[in-house]
Amino acid sequence: MNTIALIGNPNSGKTSLFNALTGTVQHVSNYPGVTVERKEGVARLGEERCRILDLPGIYSLTAYSQEERVARDCLLKEQAEVIVDVVDASNLERNLYLCVQLMELGKPLVIALNMVDVAKRRGICLDKEKLTRLLGVPVVETVGHRGLGTHELLTTCREVVEGKLPAIPHPVTYGHEVNREVVALADSIQALPELVQICPPSWLAVKLLEEDEDARERLDHISEPERDRLLAQAAKARRRIHGHFNEDVSVLIAERRYGFAAGAIREVQCMSAEVRQHITDHIDGVVCNRYLGPLVLLMVVTSLFFFIFKLSDEWKWLPWFTGWKSPTEMVGLFFDAFSTAISGLQASLPMVHSLLDDGIISGVGGVVEFVPLIFFLFLFVSFLEDTGYIARVAFILDRVMRAFGLQGKSILALIVSGGLGAGGCAVPGVLATRTLREEKDRLVTMLVVPFMNCGAKMPVYALLIAAFFPDGRTRVMLLLWAVSWVVTLLAAWALRKWIIRGEQTPFVMELPPYHLPTPRGLLTHTWERTWMYIKKAGTLILAVNIVMWALVYFPRPPEPENESATVQVASQELAHSFAGRLGKAIEPVSIWAGFDWQTNIALIGGFAAKELVVSTMGTVYAMDTDSPGLLSQKLAARKDWGGRRALALMLFVMLYAPCLPTVAAIRKESGSWKWAAFAVAYSTALAFILAVGVYQTGRLFS
Amino acid sequence: MAVKSLFDLVTGDRGVIRKIEGLQSPELRQRLLDMGITRDAPVEVVRHAPLGDPVEVRVKGTFLALRMEEARYIQVETPDP
Repeated sequence: MNTIALIGNPNSGKTSLFNALTGTVQHVSNYPGVTVERKEGVARLGEERCRILDLPGIYSLTAYSQEERVARDCLLKEQAEVIVDVVDASNLERNLYLCVQLMELGKPLVIALNMVDVAKRRGICLDKEKLTRLLGVPVVETVGHRGLGTHELLTTCREVVEGKLPAIPHPVTYGHEVNREVVALADSIQALPELVQICPPSWLAVKLLEEDEDARERLDHISEPERDRLLAQAAKARRRIHGHFNEDVSVLIAERRYGFAAGAIREVQCMSAEVRQHITDHIDGVVCNRYLGPLVLLMVVTSLFFFIFKLSDEWKWLPWFTGWKSPTEMVGLFFDAFSTAISGLQASLPMVHSLLDDGIISGVGGVVEFVPLIFFLFLFVSFLEDTGYIARVAFILDRVMRAFGLQGKSILALIVSGGLGAGGCAVPGVLATRTLREEKDRLVTMLVVPFMNCGAKMPVYALLIAAFFPDGRTRVMLLLWAVSWVVTLLAAWALRKWIIRGEQTPFVMELPPYHLPTPRGLLTHTWERTWMYIKKAGTLILAVNIVMWALVYFPRPPEPENESATVQVASQELAHSFAGRLGKAIEPVSIWAGFDWQTNIALIGGFAAKELVVSTMGTVYAMDTDSPGLLSQKLAARKDWGGRRALALMLFVMLYAPCLPTVAAIRKESGSWKWAAFAVAYSTALAFILAVGVYQTGRLFS
Repeated sequence: MAVKSLFDLVTGDRGVIRKIEGLQSPELRQRLLDMGITRDAPVEVVRHAPLGDPVEVRVKGTFLALRMEEARYIQVETPDP
């Protein structure tokens, strides 16, 4: 099976073209170790099938961003027979800049002149035969989102593979002086077979002149004296060119690439009329306006937040035999049915039943329960992304968020995680960081979103406020909301200062023209992201849930003689289990924050999902959990509990280790266990320090 | 003709890019070049963000947002008023 690599600028319509080529047969994953999405699909041409690799959208083949590195590695390493460069016909100059860099690779190239319909509307006509002559490679006109030209594109690629159509691009020229140095350097590289094997010599020569970090690392394949000789030769060449033009080589080469693009455009493009991008300009006049912009932003994030939670959970809009249900309820019903189906096992095989019911069904259910929420989150975020609004969000908020080491786009993740103070969830929050292209900013955002007050923390707050601050409900909630923001922003600042250091990622961003995404593209994008969540997080959470279950289940206490008091039994069982022993073991430390061993068990249980804190507390204090009112009254009546302890506990629950699904999401999105483990460790440490601080300070005043 | 830094231009100003000067980070310079901030490219300041930073410019047919900090290093030749 032949492989075609699809590459192009962001917003060049590459994804629509990919969808049109491959239909529904797609495979989405992440590139190993990084957060860049990797998409693969199969296209059919008659009886033949060929593999299509969708590379990330990039502006340039330098290796500064993750996307660029991934794209470059793929082009150099993967054995793609043909590279297809998707070029936005309505924005030829910028798109040809990347095209020139692809030509430098010297591999078979086909240009997909995409969005020719948009170009025509803007009064741009292009002579594709002339473009073919100029570049030396086939040019095919396509309209990706309508699936036009895909057949011709595939046929062309096949002819290229079969050798019937020339597709090796003309060599790129950078002017006489630079060219001479490139050729000399390429000759030296040609003599080193280790290098010729891994990349084209003239390409490496250009990269060495540009002082490209990543290209220099490729020299590790040769012996040290040879490497030094090559680097010295490159340095000398750079100095000569600098002496001649009084300008750095990298600047010259970039200018020549753009010069080539501009020259090509003069040849092939005619403008029947200069049509400015009126609509985009008008929308931005409002959306990025000094006064209206922030207002619009507030409205957009509020409605995003409102709709994803309403649609997934609160509004009952799906018909069912027993009446209208919300999607989350439907998922719940499904798992309840399983639970009921196996209830017969309870008497005969209590352990198997407990494993299936408490471990596996609730584990898988815990993941799937999030699916409606995540689906709607991705639907709305994809919509905002595809229309171009996310770029405006970054533009408007960059100044504020930058002060804390975050970035304009971080705000979305924070809001989704519960930034508005009424529900929210860190799992979609972590996934929403995907809109951030900058690695470090993204990591920091991911590590702080769990501090937001998500919906699962609310039952804990409700319980403790009802018990200890019955008169100050609003005030305490407001305080908790403010604390979560302060901690989040300060933590981001501190992480950026001490842990995830380094220059802030440069912020040079295109504000693409607005455009309305197609429903199909939107749904495809949403579904593939949702499915990835189900697949990856599902397996992991299931495994850890079984471990958690075992901690709470084993070892069993001796059979009680009196079988009437089941609640009493449950609490004894819990005390006897590993979790109970662990709770007791850490009591000497946790007591500094005011937590006894029963609370510790609840907090360990809450690691699976924070709402479990309340139900576990109900069990360990051996009280009736059916009504939270009762539990709160009993807590309020206990002498060892008080407002101080409640406050410390609320603070701890707010900040300690993110729940399992969130940890799984962080692991998946950061691409490493290291950051998931770090998230657990640092937030628990921070939570404990603050809880101890509050508890001990409170003691001074009481 | 006067050469100013992009930092000093106000909304609606037009000019031609002369040079990127004084920028320490080669990464950022490459990024600016890649995005089309090259010599002789016409540039227009479209608007500033609500807090005055970043700035949006039109260059080579697209709209780019960049931080004022970086705009400082971009020298633009503007026609006399």
